Amino acid sequence: MTPAAARVPEIGENTQQLRARLHALWETEPGWKGWLTTVDHKEIGIRYIVTAFILLAIGGIEALVIRLQLAGPDLHLLTPEQYDQFFSTHGMTMIFLYASPVLSGFSNYLWPLLLGSRDMAFPRLNAFSYWVYLAAAIFLYAGFVIGAGPNDGWFNYPPYAERAYNPGFNEDFYALGMIFLGISVTVGAANFIVTALKTRAPGMSINRLPILIWGTLTASVANLIVIPAVSLAFFLLWLDRNFGTSFFRSDYGGQPLLWQHLFWIFGHPWVYAIVLPAMGMVSDALPVFCRRPLVGYSVVALSTVAVMILGFGVWVHHMFATGLPALGLSFFSGASIIITVPSAVTVFAWVATIWLGRPVITTAFLYFASMIVLFVIGGVSGFMTASVPVDWQLTDTYFVVAHLHYVLIGINLFPVVGATYFWFPKMIGKLMDERLGRWNFWTMFVGFNVAFLPMHLTGLLGMPRRIYTYPAGMGWSTLNLITTIGSFVFAFGILLFFINLLKSLRSGPEAGPNPWGAPTLEWSIPSPPPPYNFAVIPTIASRHPLWEDALDESEARSTLDCGMTLDKGRETIATTAIDAEPERILEMPEDTPAPLLLAIGLAVLFTGMLLKLWIVTGIGLVGCTAALLLWMWPRKSLGERAPASEATHG
Amino acid sequence: MSGTPLDYIGHAAGSRAGAILPLTWFTLVVSIVVIVIIAALVLRASLRFRARGGASETVGVPVERGADGLRWITIGLALTAVPLLVTLVWTMAALAQVAGPPLANPGLVLDVTPHQWWWEVQYNGATPDAIFETANEIHIPTGTKVLVRLHGGDVIHSFWVPRLSGKTDAIPGQNNLSWLDADQPGVYRGQCAEYCGWQHAKMAFEVVAEPPAQFAAWRDHQLADAPQPTTPRIAQGQAIIVYRCGLCHAVRGTDAGARTAPDLTHLMSRRMIAAGVLPNTPGALLGWVQHPQGVKPDSLMPDQHLSGAELTAVGAYLETLR
Repeated sequence: MTPAAARVPEIGENTQQLRARLHALWETEPGWKGWLTTVDHKEIGIRYIVTAFILLAIGGIEALVIRLQLAGPDLHLLTPEQYDQFFSTHGMTMIFLYASPVLSGFSNYLWPLLLGSRDMAFPRLNAFSYWVYLAAAIFLYAGFVIGAGPNDGWFNYPPYAERAYNPGFNEDFYALGMIFLGISVTVGAANFIVTALKTRAPGMSINRLPILIWGTLTASVANLIVIPAVSLAFFLLWLDRNFGTSFFRSDYGGQPLLWQHLFWIFGHPWVYAIVLPAMGMVSDALPVFCRRPLVGYSVVALSTVAVMILGFGVWVHHMFATGLPALGLSFFSGASIIITVPSAVTVFAWVATIWLGRPVITTAFLYFASMIVLFVIGGVSGFMTASVPVDWQLTDTYFVVAHLHYVLIGINLFPVVGATYFWFPKMIGKLMDERLGRWNFWTMFVGFNVAFLPMHLTGLLGMPRRIYTYPAGMGWSTLNLITTIGSFVFAFGILLFFINLLKSLRSGPEAGPNPWGAPTLEWSIPSPPPPYNFAVIPTIASRHPLWEDALDESEARSTLDCGMTLDKGRETIATTAIDAEPERILEMPEDTPAPLLLAIGLAVLFTGMLLKLWIVTGIGLVGCTAALLLWMWPRKSLGERAPASEATHG
Repeated sequence: MSGTPLDYIGHAAGSRAGAILPLTWFTLVVSIVVIVIIAALVLRASLRFRARGGASETVGVPVERGADGLRWITIGLALTAVPLLVTLVWTMAALAQVAGPPLANPGLVLDVTPHQWWWEVQYNGATPDAIFETANEIHIPTGTKVLVRLHGGDVIHSFWVPRLSGKTDAIPGQNNLSWLDADQPGVYRGQCAEYCGWQHAKMAFEVVAEPPAQFAAWRDHQLADAPQPTTPRIAQGQAIIVYRCGLCHAVRGTDAGARTAPDLTHLMSRRMIAAGVLPNTPGALLGWVQHPQGVKPDSLMPDQHLSGAELTAVGAYLETLR
């Protein structure tokens, strides 16, 4: 048999026999064994989303407890120590364990479908990144469950995080857990980058990518650059705490401010990493309900990249009050004000798309359209904090708390819920309940704004963030009560969302392949998609393969039902990075337990480091090595080892 | 003090906060206008040509290429650029105005060291006998630019008096500068603004601005040592204070000379105790001395378990620390 790399792919029709052959090749073995070893991006994507939603619910319950504590002055539901762990764990959960992974989930599920590929570039790495995320989430929560959760906020400033002020295991759990989680994000980012650049359907040149691809690609490049900074910071903190180094301890010559630079040089790009893919989902899905293409595709794509490039130069706006020289601050202030421009491009593109289209008001549309307004509210409050002198008043008050919730809930959660209404039919094959959807939307929208709009005023009236209680007579009591009431309404809205998910999962009406009449490739295949995604690899001639007749922008038409069959094994096609010309056949790996075993090995290793039981660390290391050997052992099926007969020919 | 002592949007009482307030209002108004415009556009756009029917009819609404709409983006950006540029220039101007501390000839120089969870304040003088320490209450003369040198103590804290000055962090290992002034006599509340642990919530202080003559009198009085006991009960109270409280606190003129907790020499001259948490009334004071963990759980001051007689004696002595 000719090795796949050198074979010329056969071209064929999408026939019953072909689909049966591919099904047999790509199907994951049923039962627990298949469940633990699958490398199917759709399975992994859904796991990411479900896990992230569970953590969203947990983080939400923490928020409700916090809101009860703050509902009135001088309440004592929580002790100060408990309150500190609650707000820190809430931040950690929402920012690291919900907001980013849920987008990884959608991207994992959707990317190969959007790109016309049969899987991600590195399916085993994909499985590994999920298992590490799950293990790191359990690791991070283990501390909280035993009363040693993080207690220094999500950005964790030393010296308070140092052992002298924080002697428990709290910060060790957080430091090691974050390094652990960083592995998941790093390998996931590498996978997204290679997938976007190498495994697109022929003809899907870089100017035909859906904006979601631009968003996640940009975020992934950023993550690869900045995750090392934060992993290093947490590692140095762990050394400080356990081995007497003094990177952040001033009494031994270290610099507490070093932490803030290392953290925010990561932290600010991270904020963009957890909104750009969500903005991409809006850019792709909103036009479907406006029945027209997105206004200004090219500028929106470029703005996505521009936001991130500028986003690398604004981290110091988290540190305006740290005593840095005014000249330096003015640079970062200017950059933070200018970053408004590319964001404004996207907002005007969305508004124009609705204005110039024929909007169909579905639940998903409501989420996307309202998200524009929430985005602007979160954006302008960010613009206010970009002005150094103004920020000296605003920073570390509830104004910033309101701002960051508009950013994270407005630009992450609202698009994610909208995207769920939009893509649930593709993932499950059933439509979600629209009637319940309206209730879901309006309770979430009203509850959210009742909770967080007045919070800006609470901040302007001087309430500092991260206080476990406050005295009466500060002018904050009524506002806090309103926020607490709003937060419960909002939480009820999210509960309705989960109820709708479960209800529609059981009894939603059949969706069919393309219930919304949408233009992109994922809607050209059955819902839910078969294990191999595309029976034949499509050839793409435009940005909207399924709208070509309606838009009639050129003579050329995409070919969807005849193309490369690639049915000699698990295979997909590799294409060139810019023009997506076919390059070679890629052999894709079989299901394997190696990613899970490696994640377990790492979990053991990190547990050993936490407890400083070096024998356990050693066992973890041996386990990791064994799993890596199993993973990397050259396989004939992947062309990593030539058959004996051919080896002599070279 | 009005009903919102920490607000920075309604009032500014000094030139530093005063320079920031109009810029804050400008950016706030711009922000509200932008929100209203975009919200109105989204609402109008959604309802203008909306297709009848629900989700299931989406597929029935024909897809059209429509106008390219780029003018929306160009015009939108042109309109956005105006307030952005104004803000940028104003920001730089305001920054130049308020950033630099008046190093050349400040009217008063204070050394402030925040601790978990109180504020140590040192007044400087030309000679050592003009230097003294106090805590949680800063007196300043009106109309005078006051340089505040912020020293890192234990963990990071942030010095903030909303009506007078924005925040400046106090970071271990570095000395930051802030400054403030007050136009009018008054009491201005301050608060730690950087999360610093369990009692971050209850780490407030007050700035008392008074006319220069009154300030000078206050300063002279603060320089004095604590008076000697005049009755046996007061003497007994002093003995308890020196013996027990002197491990952490100082009372100048006695053997209590520790510096890890607030200086008590003129405790009764302060308006509040426990870092802006309780009014300085006899009842609140004795309650605090006996059971601080009830007021500030996990604060570094332990409960005292004094007998009734001891507590009365302590109260009698503290009463003399005016």
